[in-house]
Amino acid sequence: MKSKLGLDFLKVEKARRYAGKIAAEVQDFADNYTTVAVERTVCRLLGIDGVDSFDVPLPNVVVDHLMSNGVLSQGAMFYIGNAMAQTGLLPQQIAEKIAAGELDATRLPLQSMDVIKAAVEPVVDAAITRIRDNRAEREGMLKELGEGPRPYLYVIVATGNIYEDVVQAQAAARQGADIIAIIRSTGQSLLDAVPFGATTEGFGGTFATQENFRIMRTALDEVSRETGKYIRLVNYCSGLCMPEIAAMGALERLDVMLNDALYGILFRDINMQRTLVDQFFSRVINGFAGVIINTGEDNYLTTADAVEQAHTVLASDFINEQLALLAGIPEEQMGLGHAFEMAPDLTNGFLLELAQAQMTREIFPKAPLKYMPPTKFMTGNIFRGHIQDALFNVASIWTQQGIQLLGMLTEAIHTPLMSDRFLSIDNARYIFNNMKDIGEEVEFKTGGVIQKRAQQVLDEAIELLEKITSEGLFMALEKGIFADIKRSRTGGKGLKGVAEKGNNYFNLFIPKMLGGK
Amino acid sequence: MSGYTMRDMNVDKTLDLTKIKPYGDTMNDGKVQLSFTLPVPVGDEAVEAAKQLMRKMGLNNPAVSHYQELAPGFTFLVCYGECSYTVDYSTIHVPKVQSDVMSMEETDEYIKDNIGRKIIVIGASTGTDAHTVGIDAIMNMKGFAGHYGLERYEMLEALNMGSQVANEDFIAKALELEADVLLISQTVTQKDVHIQNMTQLVELLEAEGLRDKVLLIAGGPRVNHELAKELGYDAGFGPGSYGDDVASYIAQEMGRRLNK
Repeated sequence: MKSKLGLDFLKVEKARRYAGKIAAEVQDFADNYTTVAVERTVCRLLGIDGVDSFDVPLPNVVVDHLMSNGVLSQGAMFYIGNAMAQTGLLPQQIAEKIAAGELDATRLPLQSMDVIKAAVEPVVDAAITRIRDNRAEREGMLKELGEGPRPYLYVIVATGNIYEDVVQAQAAARQGADIIAIIRSTGQSLLDAVPFGATTEGFGGTFATQENFRIMRTALDEVSRETGKYIRLVNYCSGLCMPEIAAMGALERLDVMLNDALYGILFRDINMQRTLVDQFFSRVINGFAGVIINTGEDNYLTTADAVEQAHTVLASDFINEQLALLAGIPEEQMGLGHAFEMAPDLTNGFLLELAQAQMTREIFPKAPLKYMPPTKFMTGNIFRGHIQDALFNVASIWTQQGIQLLGMLTEAIHTPLMSDRFLSIDNARYIFNNMKDIGEEVEFKTGGVIQKRAQQVLDEAIELLEKITSEGLFMALEKGIFADIKRSRTGGKGLKGVAEKGNNYFNLFIPKMLGGK
Repeated sequence: MSGYTMRDMNVDKTLDLTKIKPYGDTMNDGKVQLSFTLPVPVGDEAVEAAKQLMRKMGLNNPAVSHYQELAPGFTFLVCYGECSYTVDYSTIHVPKVQSDVMSMEETDEYIKDNIGRKIIVIGASTGTDAHTVGIDAIMNMKGFAGHYGLERYEMLEALNMGSQVANEDFIAKALELEADVLLISQTVTQKDVHIQNMTQLVELLEAEGLRDKVLLIAGGPRVNHELAKELGYDAGFGPGSYGDDVASYIAQEMGRRLNK
């Protein structure tokens, strides 16, 4: 590919090599550890669901049981497999007996490893088959119904009530949205358990539960058939239940997941060891399920300056790409993040935004890049805001972004009204149609502002990646390299749910899912 | 024919501050633009419903300049009307933060002269609010739109705790650092949860006997000084406030309290 920006692709390869080293070091760490969330995910995939008499989810009951007996390090699959071999019960029945205090899974006589694996493997395969079938169903619907053109129009629904969400989401789809995100209730990312059942109360969003996923998937399938294009469903696979949400999404055919440990570390103060281990399993699941992941680099620019810190976004995209590859996620499922967040009063600011959008496109040619709208400089002046969103849409169609998170003119005022969503879809459709092929027609001046900006950001990103390579990602985060935020290796939420894997530890899902389709 | 006409313009065109109304392009024309969605199918009935509704809002000569279906059963309308009401501007009194805005250097100087030590400030986006845009704009070193944040002030010891900080944790940190000033930000909230959260913080501070020992300040797009005072805060900063507004207030109010 010839770069419109005069980018030197040997430099891009150099950046990838650095990022590869950084990711490999993180992976060495992640391979040796497990967490309570990873083990609860194993439970969920083995079919354990429901709550006990205190409304504690059964996956939590089982994993707490392992924790309190000091054997989290051996993993849930080992003890459940052993209990299956001993009792002939299914994982759900075993979990119910643990909840009722009728069974101590850690004190049963141990079978040989071969017997344990043979007992649990059919249940593992059943989950694998269900997820594979979901993937096939999505691919079938995409073939049958088709999809909207890229950039996909991505809108957010956030009423707190899943049934009200259904009304809003279907309305948005009928207005032209391609992707619907159901924002989670604020604070859910810090819960160390996933709520159960359909929910009708939330703050600033709706709880992610498996039942809510199912309700929304059914509603969107209905509107997909009605509008004649497949409508994708998004949720948030981040926070302390990262891999559990991935499992629930894979089981209920969600299509896109926000899935970025770096985001949780920086913006939710989640412990870095915990969430990087969680992230690996969650991405293995997302990769296998055909889910597009979205990374959260755009958020760096809501705290740090978008002009000065653009290279940190690119550097983080490189690292996220390499971490995703290690978890078996193909480039086509990598919705790497970036944003249109420069101050509107900056002279030629649009040229810099355009340069960075084109740069990201050229460096990650197959990725369905997730492009985030202006938020930091949205003021409540809705008339100005609508124009800011229009410029964002121009940059996107010009540089062929993958997923367009539509800006709302009422950003910074309230969660979107139905009419706000309409106006933003209308804005994007007008510009995307009216300027459809501008990227094909217009070239950039050699050595001009746009080319120089892209080259500069790439150079700075390489310099930063080189530095992170020599220190390691953990140390870089401790120094506050991203978003001007410093996080300590042992600080933040969730560290006590991390354990080094023991001798008996195994998780059959990982080899089976990484093994391919 | 859009329906937007200037008929009946026999209005008094002189400005009377005891009876003001919106200005379009002629004094006292009362012109108002608004848009809203009605939960009814698109059509003439929707337009008529909108006009009747506007008359009930006190808008004369209601006109619908644009309407269309958002989804089956929902019609979006862009409308104009002429406001029939007036208000007396001459008697309006709005409580405001009483301080003169100083530059960063002046504030640091003021603190050195009047307080004689660094002022300890902690800030957070408290409760369920996940947005740090506001608190970052006020506190972070770089600040916002050319106005430096509190972290950059020599005479302020500023800690930004970030988002989703529970009120209890916020108070614990205030005690640990012996903070002089507590700064909370509420950005995106749903169903007025920010009011409950702000009230809870005041109640907790009172229960701990801390309320009178600290300067308590709130900020955010839906916060203003009057609301903050009503909820038991010392000051409130709404949209368009910057680090220097807050820092000047902190320095001068601390000075006032010391010299009382």
